[in-house]
Amino acid sequence: MTLSVTAASGATHQTADAWRRQTSLRRLYTVLGVGLLLAAMLSSMWFADEANAGHFFDRLPHILDFLSWLVPKDWNDVWRALFDIASPRDTGTQEFNFPLGRVYVWGGFYVPEYFELMLTTVNVALVSTFIGFIFAVPFSFIAARNLTPHPALRLVVKRFMELLRAFPEIVIAGLFAAIVSTGPIAAIIAIGLHSIGALGKLFYEINENIDMRAEEGLTAVGANWFERVRFADLPQVLPNFVSYTLLRVEINVRASTIIGAVGGGGIGEELKLSISRGFGAKTLALVLLLFTTIFIIDQFSAWLRRKLVGEQAFMMGS
Amino acid sequence: MATMTAEEMLSIEARHPQVFRRPAYKRFGPLLLFTGTLLYLVYALWFFSLPQVLWESHWERLPLFLTQWISYDLQPEFRLDQPEITPKYPRFSALGDNPNPDWVIKNADGSFTVRIDGRAKSVTFDKTYATIVAHGQTVPVALTSGKPVITGPVPNWITAHDDEVVAKMGFVGEVRVTVDRVKVRKRFLGWANFVFDTRSPFFGKSAGEVISLVMSGPELKPGTSNLALAGDNIWNNAQWQHGDVWTKLLQTIVMAFLGTLLGGIVAFPLAFFAARNITPSGVLSQVLKRFFDFMRSVDMLIWALFFTRAFGPGPLAGSAAIFFTEIGTLGKVYSEGLENIDDKPREGVLSTGANGILVQRYGVMPEVIPVFISQTLYQWESNTRGATIIGAVGAGGIGLKLWEAMRTNSNWANVFYMVLLILLVVFIFDNISNFLRRRLSRTIHDYNRIQAKQG
Repeated sequence: MTLSVTAASGATHQTADAWRRQTSLRRLYTVLGVGLLLAAMLSSMWFADEANAGHFFDRLPHILDFLSWLVPKDWNDVWRALFDIASPRDTGTQEFNFPLGRVYVWGGFYVPEYFELMLTTVNVALVSTFIGFIFAVPFSFIAARNLTPHPALRLVVKRFMELLRAFPEIVIAGLFAAIVSTGPIAAIIAIGLHSIGALGKLFYEINENIDMRAEEGLTAVGANWFERVRFADLPQVLPNFVSYTLLRVEINVRASTIIGAVGGGGIGEELKLSISRGFGAKTLALVLLLFTTIFIIDQFSAWLRRKLVGEQAFMMGS
Repeated sequence: MATMTAEEMLSIEARHPQVFRRPAYKRFGPLLLFTGTLLYLVYALWFFSLPQVLWESHWERLPLFLTQWISYDLQPEFRLDQPEITPKYPRFSALGDNPNPDWVIKNADGSFTVRIDGRAKSVTFDKTYATIVAHGQTVPVALTSGKPVITGPVPNWITAHDDEVVAKMGFVGEVRVTVDRVKVRKRFLGWANFVFDTRSPFFGKSAGEVISLVMSGPELKPGTSNLALAGDNIWNNAQWQHGDVWTKLLQTIVMAFLGTLLGGIVAFPLAFFAARNITPSGVLSQVLKRFFDFMRSVDMLIWALFFTRAFGPGPLAGSAAIFFTEIGTLGKVYSEGLENIDDKPREGVLSTGANGILVQRYGVMPEVIPVFISQTLYQWESNTRGATIIGAVGAGGIGLKLWEAMRTNSNWANVFYMVLLILLVVFIFDNISNFLRRRLSRTIHDYNRIQAKQG
């Protein structure tokens, strides 16, 4: 915007000059910043393209070719794959052996294989979130500046949680896969440890912003640390804690799918197999199931969070 | 506390009915929640058959693996059925082609002594007789009767199998004796050959020697300067693969950066059309919001697997996967940010007769840009962590390398090296992002303060 200065007074001129100088300087910074970002982006693109097995412009015309295997010859096969119903195409090959994975519960009643796998993935997410919550709550009260029983202890717990958060989940999963020898338990340990760190950080940031009057009141009547935390602090922060934990469930369902794909069992592993072998109907069934489940969990958790803490639950990062 | 009369109690109860007569769901809610959680946990125990799995798992491997993170071992083997006993080291041993360690001693009478931990833990043997020393005890093993025979009592650190005697000496190693060979494993703290591998001409030289060679020594390889040779040897170290690891690490960083940035660029204009208070059409808003949900709900894993098939394995696939997920995530948070703005600046600009784009530029953007950047930085930070793991399904970066190093259960030191690098990167990026976000939140804070002052 330009200022048209009509008044001839010196002060106005000075102000206008200062304003102009300031805006031009800011514009220069903006241009420089955007230019730098653009340069970084272009060189990153070049680097990623060079390092990739197939190059972007070579593959772009064929981008939809790979979808051709995805389109099944008979769309009904998707439903059959999903519910483990025998397909007329079944000749004993892995692509169409739908009824093979049935998990019989009671007589002729069975749970389809993919639902069982999805259940495993969701259970991994729920149990690891639970582990995260149980440990993160006490840790967060120790790590909060205003509530900590001892500053040195606070530092130790904070660093420990930082380590848990940054430590690659895949390494913990790989380590424990060699020890407990089944995927899902290793995945629970890996995601659970990560959740302790992630939830702990969010929790102690909430704790540092609480209203201290309740705490002071309880201190005045001689309550000890546990009583203060239990009766003054916990009731204030619990809705927020639960809200963040629900958000964590959403994240952990995704994490557990990914860990599954690298050996943690569950639906991720099956999906990876199915895509790498080009089983169209199976892949579509799996994607449909995974998408629907994640969508439902997200929507349900969003609804619950909105009920718990209102719109505040959706402000992140700011 | 003074005692209260019954009337006082009743009057308090009458004045605060919300405290004393809470609805049933509030009174029994916590109890129900607690019972439900407990039942779920019991179910989970059964579902994962946890007691059985924990019972059957190999917990003794955990300390073993963890020691391998920060140590390495050497395993000389001595054949006793040859004319002369000579130590043999496995190929690619950390000692190089001409191992002559000072802890393997050839005695004058043809017998060998291997010092596993000084004199306190050692084994001395010839073709007929071995003496194992450890934990203050000396155990003689006769080898002449076709199988190893321990004379005298067997201490608990020795396991005598039918054809083999195994002496465990704790962290420092172990000795295995059979009739025709003696196998020793000696463990060292630290990482072997971290700088130069055994093929390098600089191998086995002290830091001072290497520096003087690089500064002024004769060319070790004609035609290349010693500095370039040393650099090349380090970069291509066969055991640690520094070059490959660092390149893959850079790929992971690039994947997160590119995916988040492109996601932000695409999500930014879309968010204006999705925000309820700005969009020209409610239908468009709904369509876009469902589109964001879709991009988010198709998991990053699915995108990664699809793009790995489309582009081939590599960082391009990983960037594209993060890009597609971020369109959804950032689109959602941007449009929610836009819906929470204060409408007054926008109305002000609108009243001057400015056109649509100018209204957004001067009425909306000053308010939301700091928030947007802050949220993008937050996603960038979390994607830097997440990019490691999608790499393991083939989407490029350090994830796959990490996964391959782990799968054999023998390269734990390499795994730890990569973990340390990842931790370093995450730490640095966390701090950059935190610093920038703190600066920005000051901007947001200032903005809010000025607004509050002006009413």
